[in-house]
Amino acid sequence: MPPILEVKNLVTKFHAIDGIVNAVNGVTFTLEEGETLAIVGESGSGKSVSMMSILGLLPSPPAKIEGGEAIFHSEKGAVDLLKLPYDEISNVRGGRIGFIFQDPGTSLNPILTVGEQITESLTRHLGLDSQQARRRAIDLLADVGIPDPELRFSAYPFQLSGGMRQRVMIAIAVACSPSIVIADEPTTALDVTIQAQIVSLFKELRKRMGVSTIWITHDLGLVAGLADRVLVMYAGRIMESALVDDLYENPQHPYTVGLLGALPRLDTDETRRLVSIDGTPPDSTIPIQHCPFAWRCPHAFERCWREIPDLMDVEKNHQAACFAVSGKGG
Amino acid sequence: MLKYTLTKVTQSLLLALGVLILAFFMVRMTGDPATLMMSRNATPEAVEAFREAMGFNRPVIVQFWDWITKAFTGDFGNSLHFREPALKLVLQRLPATLQLASVGLLMAVVVGVPLGLVAGFKSGSWFDYLSRLLALGGQSIPNFWLGLILLLVFAQRLGWFPVFGNDEPNSVVLPAFVLSLPVMGELLRLTRSAALEVRGEDFVRTAVSKGLKRYTIYTKHVLRNVAISLISVIGVEFGYMMGGSIYIETVYAWPGMGQMVGMALGWRDFPLVQTLVVFTSIVVLSLNLLTDLVYALIDPRIRHGR
Amino acid sequence: MADNPTLHGADSRLEEKVTFKEQAAFVGRLLWRDRTGIIGILIFISIVFAAVFADGLTAYEPLDQDLSASKLPPAWEEGGAPEHPLGTDNLGRDMLSRLIYGARVSLGVSFFGALIAAAIGVFLGATAAYVGGRLDDLIMAPVNLVLSLPYLLFVVFVASVLGKSLLNVILIFGITNSPIFARVTRGEVLRIRESAYVESAMSAGARWWRVLLIHIMPNLVGPLVTLISFQISAMIFYEAGLGFIGLSVPPTIPSWGNMLAEGRKYIASYPWLTTWPGLAIVYTSLGMNLLGDWLRDISDPRVRRARR
Repeated sequence: MPPILEVKNLVTKFHAIDGIVNAVNGVTFTLEEGETLAIVGESGSGKSVSMMSILGLLPSPPAKIEGGEAIFHSEKGAVDLLKLPYDEISNVRGGRIGFIFQDPGTSLNPILTVGEQITESLTRHLGLDSQQARRRAIDLLADVGIPDPELRFSAYPFQLSGGMRQRVMIAIAVACSPSIVIADEPTTALDVTIQAQIVSLFKELRKRMGVSTIWITHDLGLVAGLADRVLVMYAGRIMESALVDDLYENPQHPYTVGLLGALPRLDTDETRRLVSIDGTPPDSTIPIQHCPFAWRCPHAFERCWREIPDLMDVEKNHQAACFAVSGKGG
Repeated sequence: MLKYTLTKVTQSLLLALGVLILAFFMVRMTGDPATLMMSRNATPEAVEAFREAMGFNRPVIVQFWDWITKAFTGDFGNSLHFREPALKLVLQRLPATLQLASVGLLMAVVVGVPLGLVAGFKSGSWFDYLSRLLALGGQSIPNFWLGLILLLVFAQRLGWFPVFGNDEPNSVVLPAFVLSLPVMGELLRLTRSAALEVRGEDFVRTAVSKGLKRYTIYTKHVLRNVAISLISVIGVEFGYMMGGSIYIETVYAWPGMGQMVGMALGWRDFPLVQTLVVFTSIVVLSLNLLTDLVYALIDPRIRHGR
Repeated sequence: MADNPTLHGADSRLEEKVTFKEQAAFVGRLLWRDRTGIIGILIFISIVFAAVFADGLTAYEPLDQDLSASKLPPAWEEGGAPEHPLGTDNLGRDMLSRLIYGARVSLGVSFFGALIAAAIGVFLGATAAYVGGRLDDLIMAPVNLVLSLPYLLFVVFVASVLGKSLLNVILIFGITNSPIFARVTRGEVLRIRESAYVESAMSAGARWWRVLLIHIMPNLVGPLVTLISFQISAMIFYEAGLGFIGLSVPPTIPSWGNMLAEGRKYIASYPWLTTWPGLAIVYTSLGMNLLGDWLRDISDPRVRRARR
């Protein structure tokens, strides 16, 4: 069975007044049907930009997708999302691939009711009339755990709390039963307690609908209970790709090791200093021809400064973009 | 919503009071209103007689109280030139100015807003630069001068429009156009920046991610939000046109309140000037109040009392 | 830790200090990008030049009447004379000279008017914002009153009460335009005062006047200079308008407004009497508006912070 989404060599740049920002520098991965893929990285690593590029959600004067493919496999066949004209990709957006944004406060239209913002997706993709759409929207609101859904249907976003707004965003994203849902840090803007609720809601919906998911986050702790597979991104590239348990037990890339070392843990009873990684991420406006992590890497050697490492197999189903660990020298 | 309405109404009433106070003191700025209103050749006796007749020799507090209480009943005294109640004369002139301002506003909105929208959506294009240039031009040309030029060219030389007055249906075209030009420019610029701003908002991105058609995104999400920001501006601009038509009405001999101001100043008929100023200010204040209330009605955030 | 010497990306942004030369080059690049800004500056300079060096630039005194040469058309038209390149007015005064001298009045009135308005307004606005509370309400009440009224009417009213004089005009403009400066200043000061870095400065024990000087004032410069530019443009209009109905400076002083008023009677037969002062106003106003637009663009912090 082919993967439901195949991204190959995605390159996205921002042409700004003061220079070109190389946000995504050749990202390649696949999403299998039914799996939950987590993409982890710090701010500026390109995780959000790469996902938004796939659906063409970046503002097009500054942003430009300069290479790559994003093959979406549906019953209708395989299609490269990056090459679709507006009319066709707008069918995919919302209908086949749903997107959940990070900040529910600004991502909802303040002058439309919450219900309207769900029904417009339903009428657009499922062709429901207003009665049917309204009923389905109320059901969706109930599904995402919003109390009194009939009342809340006519509520405006400002009348709801942050957690409730994010539930509405989830309802919007899953309204048309898409095959893929991409969630861009959906809990970052919320309280920790609400975070947990949203995550469990998500897991429930996922089980019920069998949807393939991409979950973007900078929070490694969140990933553990949620994802099947993890991608670690840094400086617009994928540094490591592994099944979630493998990543935690056997991290390969020095960056991942550093990230995990920086996590406070409950299961060690020594008082251990949190190890942080020296240095800061590279300037994304300056193109480089070597490993982007080289400056901060304790294992960097001369090959690391000459070439850019690709993702290479380290073990079964576990890859890292590193010369040092893939046994290719050093 | 109720609280909002009450607050705004109270504010407006206070402002109206402020206007009355200002007008009262403005004629007394040079000290003696009598010498101000009488011509320079008047004899001291005539001035004194005038002063008594108008009650300017009473203590200021008494005059002030008299002024305020009479104002509430609509009694602003008599015009010196016409010897008739000033307010009545002003009201006679109101319809003409109202007509001029309305047509002008219509022109400004019909031209300025669509151009601004297109400029905002296609920012950076030649259309954008051209329309911004036009807007700038509209705001850099003194309206009275433009009025004269247009009068000369289109009315006098080409004979397309009447040279003065408001007798014919197309006599409103030239003065309304000149009046509308700076407003047109302002609306274009504001619409453009509102369109740009809304375009970049997160909820527009959400709308795109839902796969909505372009048309829906523009009308339902972008335009509606732009319209809300424009409402208050349009109301204010209408007020500006009601209060700022002095020169244009003078140039085109348009029988409105603005022309009367010019004439009254020439006659040094200060009671009439005062009345005109107070009345026009109150009209402008009422328009602002109306705009605020309409805005509250259409923005759900205010309507549902936050 | 790798010891590659070219620590290019990692920490360089933190260590770079911007030299004055770099800043000047940056402004230059901005100017080039927004060429209309250059036009604005050039126009502004040309007007100031004309106003300051009026004596040297003109061949005639603006008040010299020569009735034998009255109502001459511009030199390129039939009947014109080369020594009066823009023609003469109804009293035989040379148009070009009057135009150049008129720049003095227009510029002087608007420049000083704007300065006075800024001085009063900034003081009031900053005080209202900084002290807050009752004083804020007290100051802003009349400010908001003036701002919501039909400006032109009141100015015309006051001008007619006070009478024609250069000083009166400057004072009227200065006082009646101070509210807009007060409101803008108050808004900016409030915004900056709430911002995190002022809070941290104050919690670190900085004294209030230091906070004012170092943190708040520099942020005011941008919006204020922009506003002054637009106000100058507006005041040139107002002066011309007042002159148009005879309420500006006395007729003995040549101002573009006065010229328009005088020329109005002859517009049908001698249109250039009003054309030249009108064009002069358009020219200057356009320049100030362009300048204001450019200033507003560069004082936008997003543009300023981009350093490459």
